[in-house]
Amino acid sequence: MTRLLGGVSRRGWILMLAVLATFLAAPWFANDYLLTVLILILYYAYTGQAWNIMMGFAGQLSLGHALYVGLGAYATAALYVHFGIGPWAGLPAAILIAMACGAVIGFLAFRFGVAGVYFAILTIAFAEFARIGFDHFRWVGGSAGFFLPVANYAESDLLNLRGKPVMFYYVMLGLTVAAFILCHLLLKSRIGYCWQAIREDEEAARALGVNTFRYKMYAVVISAGMTSVAGMFYAFFYNNLFPEQVFSIGRSIEIILGPIIGGIGTLFGPIVGAFVLTGLAESLREVMLVLGVEVPGVKQVFYGICLLLVVVLLPNGIWPPLSKALGLDRNPDDKRGT
Amino acid sequence: MPAEIYLNVAVSGLLTGLVYGLMALGLSVIFGVVRVVNFAHGEMMTIAMYLAVFLFAAFKLDPLVMLVPISIALFALGYAMQAGLINPFINRPEHSQFMLLVAVALIMVNALLIVFGPDAKNVQTSYSFDSFQLGPLIVDATKAYAAAAAIAVALALFAFFRFSRIGKAIRACADNYTGALVVGLDVKRLYALTFGIGAACVGAAGSIMVILVDVTPPLGPAYTLLAFVIVIVGGLGSMPGALLGGVLIGLTEALAGLFFTPSAKSMFAFGILVLVLLFRPQGIAGKKQS
Repeated sequence: MTRLLGGVSRRGWILMLAVLATFLAAPWFANDYLLTVLILILYYAYTGQAWNIMMGFAGQLSLGHALYVGLGAYATAALYVHFGIGPWAGLPAAILIAMACGAVIGFLAFRFGVAGVYFAILTIAFAEFARIGFDHFRWVGGSAGFFLPVANYAESDLLNLRGKPVMFYYVMLGLTVAAFILCHLLLKSRIGYCWQAIREDEEAARALGVNTFRYKMYAVVISAGMTSVAGMFYAFFYNNLFPEQVFSIGRSIEIILGPIIGGIGTLFGPIVGAFVLTGLAESLREVMLVLGVEVPGVKQVFYGICLLLVVVLLPNGIWPPLSKALGLDRNPDDKRGT
Repeated sequence: MPAEIYLNVAVSGLLTGLVYGLMALGLSVIFGVVRVVNFAHGEMMTIAMYLAVFLFAAFKLDPLVMLVPISIALFALGYAMQAGLINPFINRPEHSQFMLLVAVALIMVNALLIVFGPDAKNVQTSYSFDSFQLGPLIVDATKAYAAAAAIAVALALFAFFRFSRIGKAIRACADNYTGALVVGLDVKRLYALTFGIGAACVGAAGSIMVILVDVTPPLGPAYTLLAFVIVIVGGLGSMPGALLGGVLIGLTEALAGLFFTPSAKSMFAFGILVLVLLFRPQGIAGKKQS
């Protein structure tokens, strides 16, 4: 418990609890639309957190995280549709598949010294490989899509993840909180310090006796496993899966935008980033709806401009300056903050 | 009959591969000198392709002739990008540069989507359906012209880097950054020139490619990836390697499309990428790093 408490100031605790309470109470005052937006925010906060383990903690840039979302989504959905195995029971299998895939990519890359940008390209290549592969994978519908039966929405069945948005909301909130706690624990543990050492200077870490290969593998495998859980949520929330959409590079970029805008390597960055990005995107959508313009691509141009501005103006993301402004920074020397 | 089909498909893949090679050459030149990975490379290629489509639709100008003005336009774009956006990022971490170009790519591809719409556009030249008969071989005239143009541009580029003063200065920057600064080279300007030259290269590749395939906005990210695969397969920073990689990938795609299904062809390109990363990480023509 002391580990869990460490590193957060009193003020930080009060703020965190207030935010959590607001989220817990949200369904009482939010309508279905707002709730869906909140689900989306939590979803991106969760996937961003999972991605952040690789890039933010261990310094390995993955641009193919849609792969793990897709694997988790297809695995749980296929088990449910073909064998009647519920999502929670199917989840371990999905996590294992994603972890195995992450391990293969990690092994190929780290064993042969593929790093930095090459590594990023390798991750995209695997996601694209999966996209094309699933396009021809008849058992799960191929390019025509894979659909989950949409039965009764009146009652919430938590075991089978069938129900109203409120249930999905709480599931996603639970996942996001769990991911946050897990990342906090990881960051404060030996493994987290080894990751940060690798991120800052891999040569130096190796010289100090850190088995860099092993710790980088941990990062990929844990991140992949966590991301696949979001895949399960995606499959059961949207009830349809198309390889074109699930595995596209665009999806991978959406996952990484949140933590980059929020602040890479920080615990709150992914959450703040998801909030800012999804909030802005939804407002843009509303504005476009009011103006009556419906042009595909506008949202993405907007994402691009946001990303460009953040990368140019706030190299460390929104959270580090924000936490300083809120007076949460205990350690002003640490630019990345937590 | 079958043997001839394979040969025909192989030749056609080889010719397309040369155009791929030219595209990848641009990426390789930029990376080799500026050490920045141009993640907007395929998007710049589609910009060139749309320029060619527009010029053809509006004024009936042949893309192979328009190659020169389009290359110049792309040179200007590349120069401006490097001078305005990327030069301040030269000393930033790799992922930061990468993000910058991801953002640029995202804006480019979706701006094209807004301007030109999602429908495929193409160019119908007077020689679209011509072909040459060489014994049992039937060579598509369009592909032959495209490959010839690609080779011509690549040769011009080789000559530029080998013989011109600026080309030599750029190579000096790539070989020894500090040394180049010491002898008084304006490295920032040379970087901008290099990015411009790489962009011109991809501009030429785009105006050639447009006579071979239909253009849609999502082609941008696909070409970016393809260019990366080619460059890694051929060997990063190696100019002949880029062409070689292009030919290899073009050949693979064509044969994969024949043996399996055309929609699965890029899986084989990725397969080759994985094999190369496994057994020869420096690429086919790359030098082993010490």
